Amino acid sequence: MSANLYIRRRTPFLLFEIDLVKATDQQLLEVSRGLGIGLNLQEMKAVRQYFRDKKRNPTDVELQTIGQTWSEHCFHKTFKGKIKAGEKEIDGLFKTYIVKVVEEINPKWCFSVFEDNAGIIRFDRDYGVAIKVETHNHPSAIEPFGGAATGVGGVIRDILGVWADPIACTDVLGFGPLDFEYEKLPTGVKHPKYVYMGVVAGIGSYGNNMGIPTVNGAIYFDESYTGNVVVYCGCIGLLPLKKFRRNVTPSDIIVLAGGKTGRDGIHGVTFASAELTGKSEEISRPAVQIANPIEEEKLKRAIIAIRDLELASAITDLGGGGLSSAVGETAKRFGCGAVVELEKVPLKYEDLAPWEIYVSESQERMLLAVPLANLEKVLEIFENEDVEASVIGKYTADNILQIYYQGEKVADMDIPFLFKPPKTTKKAEFKPVTFKEPFFPEPKNLTETLLQLLVSPNIASKENVIRSYDHEVKGNTVLKPLQGEWAGPNDAAIIKPLKGSWKGVAISCGMNPNYGKIDAYWMAASAIDEAIRNNVAVGGRRIALLDNFTWGNPEKSERLGSLVKACEACYDFATAFKTPFISGKDSLYNESPLGPITPTLLITALGIVPDIRLAVSMDVKAPKDSIYIVGKTYAELGGSEYYKLKGFVGRNVPQVRSANARKIFATITRAIDLGLVKACHDLSEGGLGVSAAEMAFAGGYGMELYLQKVPKRNVSRNDFALFSESNSRFLVEVSQEAKTEFEALMNDKACAEIGKVTKTQRLCIYGLNDKAVIDASLSDLSTSWKRTFSSGVLA
Amino acid sequence: MKREEIKVCVLRVGGTNCDAETKRAFEELGVQTDIIHANEVVRRRNLLQYHVLVFPGGFSYGDYVRAGAIWAKWILAKLGKELKAFVNENRPILGICNGFQVLVEAGLLPSFSKMSPYPEATLTMNLPPGYNCRWIYLKQENQGKCVFTWNIPKGKVLHVPVAHSEGRFLFTKEKQDQFLERLYENDQLVFRYCDKKGEYAEGSFPTNPNGSFHDIAGICNAEGTIFGLMPHPERAFYWWQQPDWTRQTQMPQYGDGKIILEGVIEYLTKKF
Repeated sequence: MSANLYIRRRTPFLLFEIDLVKATDQQLLEVSRGLGIGLNLQEMKAVRQYFRDKKRNPTDVELQTIGQTWSEHCFHKTFKGKIKAGEKEIDGLFKTYIVKVVEEINPKWCFSVFEDNAGIIRFDRDYGVAIKVETHNHPSAIEPFGGAATGVGGVIRDILGVWADPIACTDVLGFGPLDFEYEKLPTGVKHPKYVYMGVVAGIGSYGNNMGIPTVNGAIYFDESYTGNVVVYCGCIGLLPLKKFRRNVTPSDIIVLAGGKTGRDGIHGVTFASAELTGKSEEISRPAVQIANPIEEEKLKRAIIAIRDLELASAITDLGGGGLSSAVGETAKRFGCGAVVELEKVPLKYEDLAPWEIYVSESQERMLLAVPLANLEKVLEIFENEDVEASVIGKYTADNILQIYYQGEKVADMDIPFLFKPPKTTKKAEFKPVTFKEPFFPEPKNLTETLLQLLVSPNIASKENVIRSYDHEVKGNTVLKPLQGEWAGPNDAAIIKPLKGSWKGVAISCGMNPNYGKIDAYWMAASAIDEAIRNNVAVGGRRIALLDNFTWGNPEKSERLGSLVKACEACYDFATAFKTPFISGKDSLYNESPLGPITPTLLITALGIVPDIRLAVSMDVKAPKDSIYIVGKTYAELGGSEYYKLKGFVGRNVPQVRSANARKIFATITRAIDLGLVKACHDLSEGGLGVSAAEMAFAGGYGMELYLQKVPKRNVSRNDFALFSESNSRFLVEVSQEAKTEFEALMNDKACAEIGKVTKTQRLCIYGLNDKAVIDASLSDLSTSWKRTFSSGVLA
Repeated sequence: MKREEIKVCVLRVGGTNCDAETKRAFEELGVQTDIIHANEVVRRRNLLQYHVLVFPGGFSYGDYVRAGAIWAKWILAKLGKELKAFVNENRPILGICNGFQVLVEAGLLPSFSKMSPYPEATLTMNLPPGYNCRWIYLKQENQGKCVFTWNIPKGKVLHVPVAHSEGRFLFTKEKQDQFLERLYENDQLVFRYCDKKGEYAEGSFPTNPNGSFHDIAGICNAEGTIFGLMPHPERAFYWWQQPDWTRQTQMPQYGDGKIILEGVIEYLTKKF
């Protein structure tokens, strides 16, 4: 390290100037590394030029501020930058594929999209629903409990950051196999079982303590998640749209409220924008914050009170980048400058350098802009809730960010410069995969195969996890994650947020990482289809989507290539389904000594249920009812759980035929509204076999089904018909009285009655040659399904 | 006293989080209900304006130390005089989940003769360990002393949810038989965990969701005016909160939670 580049300023506290003006290119990179700000040469050169023009050297506070603001985590350089993909040049993935959907569809019900901490849609005339899903992969890999808990805490603050009251959480997790061999773990990688226990406990702890029901989620297991755990934390909130305030004017006061600031969470964003290595733990442990949900609960009460009294002009959370992001982004958004006095920030302990105070990501803090006239009242509200709140500065009419510490000016930068990092151009390459369709004979005993599938970790019941989350608090959970006495898996959860209204919010998700191994395009398409059909299955419609990408290092061209493909699918299918993206987040650089992560796109769907009294659960309700399959079955087993069980990946990944799918979704919605649907369950991992089993044991009745009657194409084997994972399919229970009407509704769709609900407690499925291929008791099916996580791997 | 004259105070502090649904349930019963921060009650000294005091569910002050311990000591220190007056006047107090833990930690339950200066029982870590959110069945055990449940027939089975990690009701080992006897003698036992048919759980999970001694889910004090329970009646109040409503063709308008909360209202309308 070129120590002579760092010049200590004569101040009673630690402050350095960095001799950037004279620094060589080599030294620029050393400074970037030395300060841990993660900027590349092109960016460091832009910084040098800026300070050469200013004819002075930057302080450490300034460089740190730039480092935070320009980090991948804060600025999303990959999604905003240019990408060269062969002949094609994409000017921003985000603009080209994600935002374009909402621009083209332009629905009236989108209130605020990709502008604030969370997306907001209209719920009814007066209320809006805000939703955000965050990734917290890197911190959870280092410290599973704290990483996951602060992930939840962070996303709840995103919801508070749009003045919404949190009403539900959704969490989707990905772990390595829980029986991973200890000997094979590289240094610095924690065992999946340890990570699993910590993450699940962290999520439960935060949501439960804050009293926000965790109502939706999923858990996936994949080898590639061993070194890179996947933690998606989502939160949904409700806000009276009239109370939504964002109109900062110069001279508004900057109020910092909530927890004290400490050294936890320093450089979280830079850490999140780098690969994990054997040394990550040692170097980056301070990057993980410490959670205190009760602090956030109090903060929430105060913020809602301030919102209702309309006392503040803007609000934002302190997340990645701490004060540096929150102050900078607010000033930029409202075309202001800001003056901040760092000594006014309450600290956990003495001796923090000014740059540490400015970039610390300590939890449970929110930043408000308050007109001077309302300041006293705002501070009083915080005090009544036992929340510390401090005036730390004000917004100004110029475009300059000025930071002081104990009277000394420690930063002075133009805000426009801060938000104009040099645009990067990255190269993307599309590499076809080499997987082939496997050839193997049809197993003789498919009942055994079905039981094995029910045991497999991606399908098995997650009841133990779901029950460790409070999914009932607030008393508004109409459709619960576990259905009824036998705890079947509902496709989506429904919340009834308003006392005087039957309107509900349906929350569901879709994720198919295994398809991503074969084809990122169809993986993304499938995730979108799955999220939507889960929502449709319970009665949701007018669906909005969220995209959450977890990818490997985008500097590597084939990783970026698959990201481009997934984004293309996002555009194609969200447009086709008329389901706009309203928010999202990406987590890149998910690489560990065990290699890159399987490209994983989580799609969260938020639907509206006009009247929750018509909501549909997945359990069969009565013997003699008819069971219909809606949607065509293809020989699409590439990436399926069935192939996985047999040790293959395969090639024929499920596709989405959007024109047909749209019609199917609309008709299911219509049938639900007409009250014709007694139960509805989507077909996903494990296909028809698993779906039928779940419906049966959840309802406590058997089923007799005939594969011959299933509408299908090129499917000539019983196992393929049973376990194909073709998209856009449902199993629907219809009473004898409703049959005619239901069939008339479905007339031109791929739909057929394939059997009946029976009083006998057995699932019997007859094969293509009309012989029984599945014959299992409900208790065997449900015992297998529940076994994995109640004893098995965790014993 | 008329129903609409009755005033219920739902008290809260940092970490309380079931206050809104508790208020909603009481309001549905036709009584005035306020959610008030304990800080404000200390400032305004207005506790005795209320007829019923409710400690709702949540994680008061983070439940550090032991669940309910901090709030219990806080309230004795800051509002001890008013609270004692409230108790001495036999005004009803309800503790749900964390509220039950607070009442036990404050010595207000079981309170065999009068307020105990130290906790006589505990609600400790569940067995099996960990947070557990599920619907369970309760059997009404009280002979009629408890002012909250006097109108529920003895032996009636109720369906309500629990959600907690510290709900295992225990007495000290040496005194547990003696204390249990006193609970019966004084008619202080209110709810025990049982199965759908009303058979006691006898400690078996998940029928008894936390390993409570004698399957105890709720008790009252010797006067019958202070009542604490681990399950959440406010989450079983409306039909659409029930776990199996999608299976039913006809649902009663309310769930079993309603009958647990309305007894005290009827008691007050009759008594005063």
